[in-house]
Amino acid sequence: MTAHRRKPLFEGAEWDFATMERTYEAIQRVALDDLGLDVYPNQIEIISSEQMLDAYASHGMPLMYRHWSFGKHFAREAELYRRGRTGLAYEIVINSNPCISYNMEGNTMALQALVMAHAAFGHNHFFKNNYLFRQWTDAEAILEYLDFARTYIAEAEERHGVVEVEAVLDAAHALMDQGVFRYRRPPRLSMAARDAKRLAREDYEARTFNDLWRTVPGAIAEDPDARAEELRRRKAQLDLPQENLLYFLEKHSPVLHTWQREILRIVRTIAQYFYPQKQTKVMNEGCATFVHHYIMNALYDDGLLTEGAMLEALHNHSNVVFQGEFDDGRGGGLNPYALGFAMMRDIRRICEAPDDEDRTWFPDIAGHGDWRGVLKDAWANYRDESFIQQFLSPRLIREFKLFTLSDAAEDPHYTVQAIHDERGYRDVRRRLAEMYDLSRIEPDIQVADVDLLGDRELQLRHTMRDGIPLAAEDRERVLAHLKTLWGYDVRLDSTDGAEATPRESATTRATTSDE
Amino acid sequence: MPHFIDRRENPKDKSLGNRQRFLRRARARLREVVDESIKKRGITDLDKGEVVTIPTRDVREPRLRSAREGGRRDYVLPGNKEFEKGDQLPKPPGGGAGEGGREASDGGEGEDAFEFALTREEFLDLFFEDLELPDLVKTDLRDVTTTKYRRAGISPVGTPTNLNLLRTMRNSYGRRLALGRPKTSTIAALEAEITRARADGAADDDETLAALLAELDLLERRRRWVPYIDPIDLRFNTFEAKPEPNTQAVMFCLMDVSGSMGEREKDLAKRFFMLLHLFLARRYERTDLVFIRHTHEAREVDEDTFFHSRESGGTVVSTVLREMRDIVADRYPSSSWNIYAAQASDGENFTGDSGRCAALLHEALMPLCQYFAYVEILDAREMEIFRDTSQGAELWRHYLGVAERWSNFAMKRVSSPAEIYPVFRELFHTAGGERAEAALRRMPS
Repeated sequence: MTAHRRKPLFEGAEWDFATMERTYEAIQRVALDDLGLDVYPNQIEIISSEQMLDAYASHGMPLMYRHWSFGKHFAREAELYRRGRTGLAYEIVINSNPCISYNMEGNTMALQALVMAHAAFGHNHFFKNNYLFRQWTDAEAILEYLDFARTYIAEAEERHGVVEVEAVLDAAHALMDQGVFRYRRPPRLSMAARDAKRLAREDYEARTFNDLWRTVPGAIAEDPDARAEELRRRKAQLDLPQENLLYFLEKHSPVLHTWQREILRIVRTIAQYFYPQKQTKVMNEGCATFVHHYIMNALYDDGLLTEGAMLEALHNHSNVVFQGEFDDGRGGGLNPYALGFAMMRDIRRICEAPDDEDRTWFPDIAGHGDWRGVLKDAWANYRDESFIQQFLSPRLIREFKLFTLSDAAEDPHYTVQAIHDERGYRDVRRRLAEMYDLSRIEPDIQVADVDLLGDRELQLRHTMRDGIPLAAEDRERVLAHLKTLWGYDVRLDSTDGAEATPRESATTRATTSDE
Repeated sequence: MPHFIDRRENPKDKSLGNRQRFLRRARARLREVVDESIKKRGITDLDKGEVVTIPTRDVREPRLRSAREGGRRDYVLPGNKEFEKGDQLPKPPGGGAGEGGREASDGGEGEDAFEFALTREEFLDLFFEDLELPDLVKTDLRDVTTTKYRRAGISPVGTPTNLNLLRTMRNSYGRRLALGRPKTSTIAALEAEITRARADGAADDDETLAALLAELDLLERRRRWVPYIDPIDLRFNTFEAKPEPNTQAVMFCLMDVSGSMGEREKDLAKRFFMLLHLFLARRYERTDLVFIRHTHEAREVDEDTFFHSRESGGTVVSTVLREMRDIVADRYPSSSWNIYAAQASDGENFTGDSGRCAALLHEALMPLCQYFAYVEILDAREMEIFRDTSQGAELWRHYLGVAERWSNFAMKRVSSPAEIYPVFRELFHTAGGERAEAALRRMPS
């Protein structure tokens, strides 16, 4: 504690805009000058609890098109909140430029400071610098795009009726998880270019539409060679196999109208926008938590925070990073805030005060000194899976007392595969990293083939991993939705790994005769 | 420099559109809930919201996701205490122990059902939906009208609490100016001059002093004639109660409870009573309910007994009318009560009694009642037979005579909720003003 403490930024719990600004500037000084963060300009909005519930209900986005599922989430959250079963988040932050964060009006001043450090600097830096966000999302254009989406869907509702639009949205939402490109980066379009393209697309389709073509008999069907050739050509044209089901339906569904294709496009654009967030939960929250923890401590050391404010901040901080044990009845999983924060603090420790173990495991960074640089590099260039694989230290595995449990359906037992000991570190680390690998968590489903010249059945292939099937009831419902979008029969085969023949039991058809 | 924006004042109910879409989606379940709730609620109790439990299966958002069971999977869990590599743990019955922290967060779909509250408006909408009320009537019933005092200008009479100070003082000032009330300062100056003259040794008979004294006397008298505030200055704010043209109403619920009235019939009757009550509760500050049920004898009972307990016996409809007549005479003089009656029956009556009923209505009841509504509850098959309204059992035929003579008597056969509303058509039919007038013909002046 320094001898001449400065005057605290605020006392007591009440906040006002002048205090917020003063505090923001103090936080900014630490964030930019000390930590050297690189952030989008901030836009901080104060909202009421009802507005927070509103934001919750629609993916945390300030603008959203209308859909009943958002109403459902709102009703559910509002009821839970009203009964005091859940609290509300203190903030929501949006990956946009400027970076918008929502702070609750009910927060105390200490909490507002914590939230600003967490969201307006921690998350903000992560959004601006992490490679996934840089490559896959367009922070400049997202708000504009949501505005466009909202207007487009409202207009579609007016023109085609709420029920019609809802049917398309329901089906598209059901396929949202399969509506992203996992490996191929979608082209980035500016808003204006996107609009121009859309108009051109619609215009072209309107101009070239000629109902007569439907009546031309298929001449090619006569010659078998030509037929096979045509089939091969069409398949190449369809770009099969295709992992992005929504994209495929948008481009190739034989029954959709232009406006329905545009809705699919909207849903998959939004799905793609959120895809990086799903892959970086631990890192994103870890980064924000690390940043707020560092900043609050720095402010306190400078005498800018009162003891009371600091205590309150610490209290909230420790709630956030609480990690239960697998058997204490709280769900038992890992808390991404706790894991991310612990790993980042551990990286700093390894840089500053490594021991022999660290030198063996992390020769590149042990004793590196510049922990800020190492962290910023990690924040910029990793996602959860690779971050854990790279940086989870044996010391943390011991601290969390991690162990792996394998569960095979045919076994009457769970088996402990590895624990926090010399033999187990690598195994634990690898399996933990896999748990955050979306391509392992989410089922691998691709469009395999379409018999365009025959019955036009859409064939999907689900490649099972470790013999894990799809949830049966949901599969039936999603297939029914798929059928409305495709217009013809849909067939989903589950295959086990490289095995080519479909397992009969897992084959599902959604056929016309079912309905 | 951050950009702070205060969004708290933004319009609320941003998610209203989503909520409406959600309610439409869950309509089937909501209808069930409302139906159940109507059975449980009292007649007077219709006017509030309801907590609804919706099974998540009804409003599910399906996704292609991995099943929770089957196959081989690994979990990494925190908090190992005694396990060693290779240990085997028995699976708990029912499965699904270690969830690896991811499946639990699949959009929060883990629960079987969730609860939320329907507002009063939403509840009434669903209730009305069944009854197929015209929209105008719905708005009318939903609107809660309250008596309000309104400013009605300024008046020269009133109570001191309503004194309008500004107006009063303005009047007082004008009057004082016009009548030349001497100012306090003028009198003070004059008195000072007199004192000075006295001090200078002027005698009382001194000419100037006498003139001064005379002037002072004149001024003081004038001050008395022209008081600072005169009763004619006073102005009061007046308030006028917007004439809410109603006082009190009594509603008689009359029902046949003999064995032939089953659950379905009673449920229909209850909706019929509820609707009338809803209408009355809107129009009158106070609405009393009287429940009279009858078999071969009639008895006044409480609501619960009315709907839920059974009794056996014959059916003599006139008893219930006679009982109602007695109660009106006893407790509800028609000079100070608006009397409404709603009668539900399956149309059966003791042979020869129907004539007595008609006579009772003609002579005793119809002159007293604002409105008398009769529903005959039939099943669908009977509905077919009696499609022609001029045909019917003895009671129906006699009541037809009553309806001919009295315009405030309404009768209808119903077999489903949608058919109830037309019974009240007269009641709801006329436009706002006329209706109030019609309903309030008997209001004591």
